Amino acid sequence: MADAQPILPPMIISPEREGTRPMVQVLHDWIVTVDHKKLGLMYFGYGIIFLVIGGIEAAIMRAQLAVANNHLVSPETFNRLFTMHGTTMIFFAAMPLVFGFANYLVPLMVGARDMAFPRLNAWSFWMSVFGGLILYFSWVGGFGLYGAGSAPDVGWFAYAPLTASSFSVGHSTDYWIIGILVSGFGSIGTALNVLTTTFCLRCPGMTLRRMPLLVWMNAVTMFLVLVALSPLTAAQVMLLIDRYLGGHFFDTQAGGSAVIWMHFFWIFGHPEVYILVLPAFAIVSEVIPVFSRKPIFGYNIMVAATVAIGFISLSVWAHHMFTIGMTSYANAFFVASTSAISVPTGIKIFNWIGTMWGGKIRYSVAMLFCVAFLCQFLIAGLTGIMLAAAPFDWQLGNSYFVVAHFHYVILGGIVMAIFAGVYYWYPKVTGKMLSETLGKWHFWLFVIGFHLTFDFMHIPGLLGMPRRIYTYDASRGWEIWNLIVSIGVIFQILGIVFLVLDLIWSYFKGAPAGNDPWDAWTLEWNTTSPPPDYNFAEIPVVLSRRPLWDLKHPEDPDWKYE
Amino acid sequence: MLAAFLLTSSGLLLAQPAGPSPIPSIFDPHSTPAHDIYHLSLFVLSICATIFLVVFSLIVYAAFKYRHRPSDDDCEPPQIYGSNQVELAWTVIPILIVVVLFLASARVIHAVEDAQFPPDAIQVTATGHQFWWEFEYPKYGFVTANELHVPVSANGQSLPIHIMLLSADTDHSFWVPQLAGKTDLIPNRRNETWIEPHEVGIYVGQCAQYCGTQHAKMLLSVVVQSPEDFQRWVQEQKAPAVMSPQVAEGRRVFETNACMNCHTITGTIANGRFGPDLTHLMSRKTIASGAAPNDEQNLRLWVKEPDAIKPGSLMPAMQLNDHDQDALVAYLMSLQ
Amino acid sequence: MAAATITVPQTEMPLSASYRGKVGMWCLIVAESAIFSIFVVAYLYYAGKSISGPTPAQVLDIPWFNSICLFSSSLTIVLAEKALHHGNIKRFGLFWFLTIALGVIFLIGTGREWYGLIYHDGLTVSSSLFGTTFYSLVGLHAFHVTVGLIGLTIILIFTLLGALRQEHAARVSVFAMYWHFVDVIWVVVLSVVYFIAR
Repeated sequence: MADAQPILPPMIISPEREGTRPMVQVLHDWIVTVDHKKLGLMYFGYGIIFLVIGGIEAAIMRAQLAVANNHLVSPETFNRLFTMHGTTMIFFAAMPLVFGFANYLVPLMVGARDMAFPRLNAWSFWMSVFGGLILYFSWVGGFGLYGAGSAPDVGWFAYAPLTASSFSVGHSTDYWIIGILVSGFGSIGTALNVLTTTFCLRCPGMTLRRMPLLVWMNAVTMFLVLVALSPLTAAQVMLLIDRYLGGHFFDTQAGGSAVIWMHFFWIFGHPEVYILVLPAFAIVSEVIPVFSRKPIFGYNIMVAATVAIGFISLSVWAHHMFTIGMTSYANAFFVASTSAISVPTGIKIFNWIGTMWGGKIRYSVAMLFCVAFLCQFLIAGLTGIMLAAAPFDWQLGNSYFVVAHFHYVILGGIVMAIFAGVYYWYPKVTGKMLSETLGKWHFWLFVIGFHLTFDFMHIPGLLGMPRRIYTYDASRGWEIWNLIVSIGVIFQILGIVFLVLDLIWSYFKGAPAGNDPWDAWTLEWNTTSPPPDYNFAEIPVVLSRRPLWDLKHPEDPDWKYE
Repeated sequence: MLAAFLLTSSGLLLAQPAGPSPIPSIFDPHSTPAHDIYHLSLFVLSICATIFLVVFSLIVYAAFKYRHRPSDDDCEPPQIYGSNQVELAWTVIPILIVVVLFLASARVIHAVEDAQFPPDAIQVTATGHQFWWEFEYPKYGFVTANELHVPVSANGQSLPIHIMLLSADTDHSFWVPQLAGKTDLIPNRRNETWIEPHEVGIYVGQCAQYCGTQHAKMLLSVVVQSPEDFQRWVQEQKAPAVMSPQVAEGRRVFETNACMNCHTITGTIANGRFGPDLTHLMSRKTIASGAAPNDEQNLRLWVKEPDAIKPGSLMPAMQLNDHDQDALVAYLMSLQ
Repeated sequence: MAAATITVPQTEMPLSASYRGKVGMWCLIVAESAIFSIFVVAYLYYAGKSISGPTPAQVLDIPWFNSICLFSSSLTIVLAEKALHHGNIKRFGLFWFLTIALGVIFLIGTGREWYGLIYHDGLTVSSSLFGTTFYSLVGLHAFHVTVGLIGLTIILIFTLLGALRQEHAARVSVFAMYWHFVDVIWVVVLSVVYFIAR
């Protein structure tokens, strides 16, 4: 068996479709498709659209806060903006983006022809889309077309009793509930699908210990979606019962508890952070080894740390609630569990550094984003440790320090990793290389903008500025910091413009990529770019974690060492 | 990438040792719980800064040292799959750090949350409303709003103030950064916090839990006074409202309009609890929960068009004619 | 080419794709269990905290007959699965029908119970916390029974049309997993509502 050649060189497959077809027919193909690659791309496009919408909302808020006592938007509009910004970015930008990567890559990387349930996959995608449309319909549909419409204004965690029908009159909160509920069903469907694909459709020889880390991390993510998103679904059904059937789950007038909503929300809310960040880890764990020219350092430990993060993340939720007056024992418990999660997370950072150590690092834009990710995620983790110390959190919680912290996680960590993934897999998806020049403009503008905005955003928090205020008085000394924060936004917008330019320009004018432009090692690089509908002409057989390394280095294959 | 430096240095530099400041920095504490938190935060910050320096240097070193150089040959670097010794080291060291951080936090949690109070400690019941604060002094039997007066603990005398936190509607959070960490006010739940300020002065803070349209202007100030001044203030507050015949017309306007449904003025028939108690309105420096200075011009505007000061507040525009308006403002101005 | 010569040891083969129905159903069951556990937590948390209205001890009678019907439907569905496995479609149809009948009896029993609670005891979703949590939790389960019955009925229709064959046994047993899950959840709901928090 040792002499056999398990992986075939990629087959050349001639394009099977004629070049030009009517637009309507192409569109129809995309709408009715059950192909995991097309759905993955649609998830991605959908996520980018909402990323831009959520970004515009953020930019308006930053314009409002740039100077003290500003009157650019009314308090009502501001409250809608931050509610929509948070909800959009979490549920309709970040989640579709990471689901897009999972959809596109998991079947390719396990050597399968599609997901386990392709039609369920399409259903899940369209549910997510409808969820986003329902949420955004609220701008015009809440009370009809009056003024700014009536988007929800309850905050993205929608604390009771602000969502009760007595405080939230009209239907804005209902759009929030139903939008997320509907997209939540889609997410659960996707989770089920990816998990089943991972368990049942791996190619021969791919044992769990030979799965690419990306697949491992996405599997843990999807497990978290199953167990953590469902509680949110349950809580939102309860909220609907309260609002429509006169129930009292969160009705404080009738003995209901506002605190139990917080528990239910954060039982979802904290694992959600890991639902988003594990796929980011997954991307980084694929990109860093390839550009460092070394296998991932400590594969087994990385898998163990991922699983540990998955489980510990289910027991840390109440660190979002240190200020609600829990007993000292409860607070101490959540300090312990929250600090504990920094251990497996730290192990991952060290393993990535260990992977770079002794390598020959090639700095393409994808790798630049990974290094930025490492530095920013380090800082995000450290401010997280500060917030995990409950007494420190009594000061920092709900201040701009927290806002800066979680944007460091989401933008500095997750989105930067997604950018790395875009530059890494774009050649596979389109068959064209992205322009490195435009990419470097994107990288530097975005990173500078990010640091202007979010480094300085910590400071007003330390100076007592709470989040979610539409204005503040000049005497508080927050103005200069807020101005710097708002200026950073301009750089970020410019960075995104360069990304979009790069994506479009390279699609038409980019250099041809070939099957394996990065000299990489996982199965997706063993098929054509873009891959054919059926992914692999013959189902591959693997003997190690890096099947293409074995193919390229028959004298020194990986399976000898694993 | 220099965030950690910025955090530590700017925080420390901005801390002004001058006493109460209009900038409510958490690094400028003037009360026992805030002090305890401050010391913990310095400890946590120094640990985090150390970790940052070490790991950041490692990243920068690896990123530069092991970059692919044009002079390199094209062969792959040695393939290293991992090392159990190294993994063990970077698992055990973080665990030790986590244990230390936990113990340090637990000590402060215990000191702040499980503090015991002398039976004669001053009690205040703070009730959060959309979008203002009600402060009741149950022992002295009066109610005021938005400006909490407390005595200072100085010269070896300890006068902790125990504050019960309730909410009349949605969630709010009581946060005066220089005095204590924040604690939420949640309907159908009794929370508590305490302060023990060491220096006389006015400390500012504001609601720190989103509570609705005007969350931003739910401001709060704590007036820390010498014990003598505090007692004088208590006596003034306990007195019934001034009944001056010059402003009888304004009082009639107050009592015959919707004002009395929401506001209390002791000694009159007005006993509403929905809005702030106005018995000693003019003893307060601001109106509308800190949104504007308490002077005649602002009072007039507030009665006529509350949205001009605080759009979205629950105070309705009173739609009075000029005569009634003048009389009412004159009456309010007399409520010393 | 060379691929044909590769023999991968059996221990290195992943689960066969034919297990995907089972794995998918297990995932769904995990998600559903999470939803139910939140409702159960809410029920237990609010037990005895109602400000007004009847208490559980005053109005709830343990639904023995109902529960026995639902539990025995798990038995009949196993017998139906076995029959299909052996290719005995008639026997399958009989036991499948029995399963549906037992499920319907359960739903009718729940309906009668609710009718009594609403019209005799005045307990509604909006009357008290007990009402809210009771109807939500029991209703959520009843909703799952209803969904299960719709699925069962569709398969019965296929059977009567003669479209169901022995080779569908695996798929049918995936659906049976869902029905078993609904039964197991009833054990939880029954013990929480009628015993623990009474």
